Amino acid sequence: MLNQKDILKTQDMIDKRHLDIRTITMGISLLDCCDPDLDTCCEKIYNKITRCAKDLVKTGEDIEKEFGIPIVNKRISVTPISIVASACQTDSYVKIAQTLDAAAKKCGVNFIGGFSALVQKGCTEGDWKLIRSIPEAMATTDCVCASVNVGSTKAGINMDAVAEMGRIIKKTAEITADNDGLGCAKLVVFANAVEDNPFMAGAFHGVGEPECVLNVGVSGPGVVYHALQSVKGQPFDVVAETIKKTAFQITRMGQLVGREASERLGIPFGIVDLSLAPTPAVGDSVARILEEMGLEVCGTHGTTAALAMLNDAVKKGGVMASNHVGGLSGAFIPVSEDEGMIAAAESGTLVLDKLEAMTCVCSVGLDMIAVPGDTTAATISAIIADEAAIGMVNSKTTAVRIIPAPGKVVGDRVEMGGLLGSAPVMPVHSESAELFVARGGRIPAPIQSLKN
Amino acid sequence: MKAIVTVVGKDRVGIIAAVCVKLAEFNVNVLDINQTIMQGYFTMMMATDVSACSIPVAELATRMEAVGKEMGLSIRVQREDIFEAMHRI
Repeated sequence: MLNQKDILKTQDMIDKRHLDIRTITMGISLLDCCDPDLDTCCEKIYNKITRCAKDLVKTGEDIEKEFGIPIVNKRISVTPISIVASACQTDSYVKIAQTLDAAAKKCGVNFIGGFSALVQKGCTEGDWKLIRSIPEAMATTDCVCASVNVGSTKAGINMDAVAEMGRIIKKTAEITADNDGLGCAKLVVFANAVEDNPFMAGAFHGVGEPECVLNVGVSGPGVVYHALQSVKGQPFDVVAETIKKTAFQITRMGQLVGREASERLGIPFGIVDLSLAPTPAVGDSVARILEEMGLEVCGTHGTTAALAMLNDAVKKGGVMASNHVGGLSGAFIPVSEDEGMIAAAESGTLVLDKLEAMTCVCSVGLDMIAVPGDTTAATISAIIADEAAIGMVNSKTTAVRIIPAPGKVVGDRVEMGGLLGSAPVMPVHSESAELFVARGGRIPAPIQSLKN
Repeated sequence: MKAIVTVVGKDRVGIIAAVCVKLAEFNVNVLDINQTIMQGYFTMMMATDVSACSIPVAELATRMEAVGKEMGLSIRVQREDIFEAMHRI
């Protein structure tokens, strides 16, 4: 029989340390839904999603019960809509976003990702239509998430798209001003976006993916934090080892749940995303892990090194626990979704420039950051360009999910609610990047793209 | 298919009896029992075979949880795989 201590340890992780499966995300290809007629295209999309994902939520709930582990989110990702809709004779894809929203609600999932365009090297007609539909799409739907990939190591950075995305983010914030610019929380700008990411808001189902697939995202900052409390004052070798062991255990949960769910749904199991995804709940924070390593407040000197080690140890521990690892895999540092990050930003220790440095060594980028409402589109574009450059040069995914909260100034707070949490408005540099952004064109791919 | 039944709560007469009667009702076979009193709390772990269980395991978990509530105990039923996955390579 199993060791009594092991059983209690697992239960303790779930009950007191917020161990959970963060999301099971079904990826669905919509490539067979293309149609010149917009209404027909929408009908095909709705029918396909509701057919493929009809049992997703029920299956997730059954597994939760049987294994006694919470599966917090059940979600859907689809083929980037700019590809699916490019044949449609229309100027706006808002109706497709609304169709995705209706299908998501019918299936009972809380988010659907894939209102996306991949424009790292240039924009097609369909890509421009999608990008320009984003503000209205975000304002008139609840569950739809949008993403745009503006750069990659192979292609460089599409600065025309970067410039446009600054304006689109501003417009999205303005059009959803009644909710503090909530629309921007569902919109990510990527460099090196991955095709099998189960996490929102950046999930989409890549064209290299199968017809239908199940991806899993695990979580567990609270478990790692708790484990580190038992190695206080010990050298980093011990800290790294402790994180690896914990990450292994967390990932095994994801592997088990993913395999079980994909078998029951009769679809292939894609990947486990080895991520430390925080929530606003106390005791479920990545910032607090960094502080446990000996930093007074997250954001002070030493934070980047601490995060680099954490990110690496999570991957090393997790990779042996799953037969397919993918997605973003690493530690997330969303400000509004992490209780410790919120506190650090409010104290003024964690600033935008430090967060940018941290994104060089963690899994994604500037995530869920509120900035003053009067931040210009050019400044937002410049922030995107900086992040994309970090991703491009380091061959990693980076992203920007930023909320220029209408009417808010530094020191105010933006309430997003639920898992999205609340974000203190952080200062940005006031000096202009207008002329830099206005140049447009494409930043050439770096020398490290030439690997052949 | 095996499941682990964990019962934790204030000790009293008849806990094992009540849990076993309920499990028998659903045709769940008890394979092993491990029980102690930890800091005044009754703690029991049972390895059970749920292959022939008359109801789905998810429902069994809900029903047993309800039995626990009535008796002021925490009773949970979890598939054994979760512990195996986490603690065995």
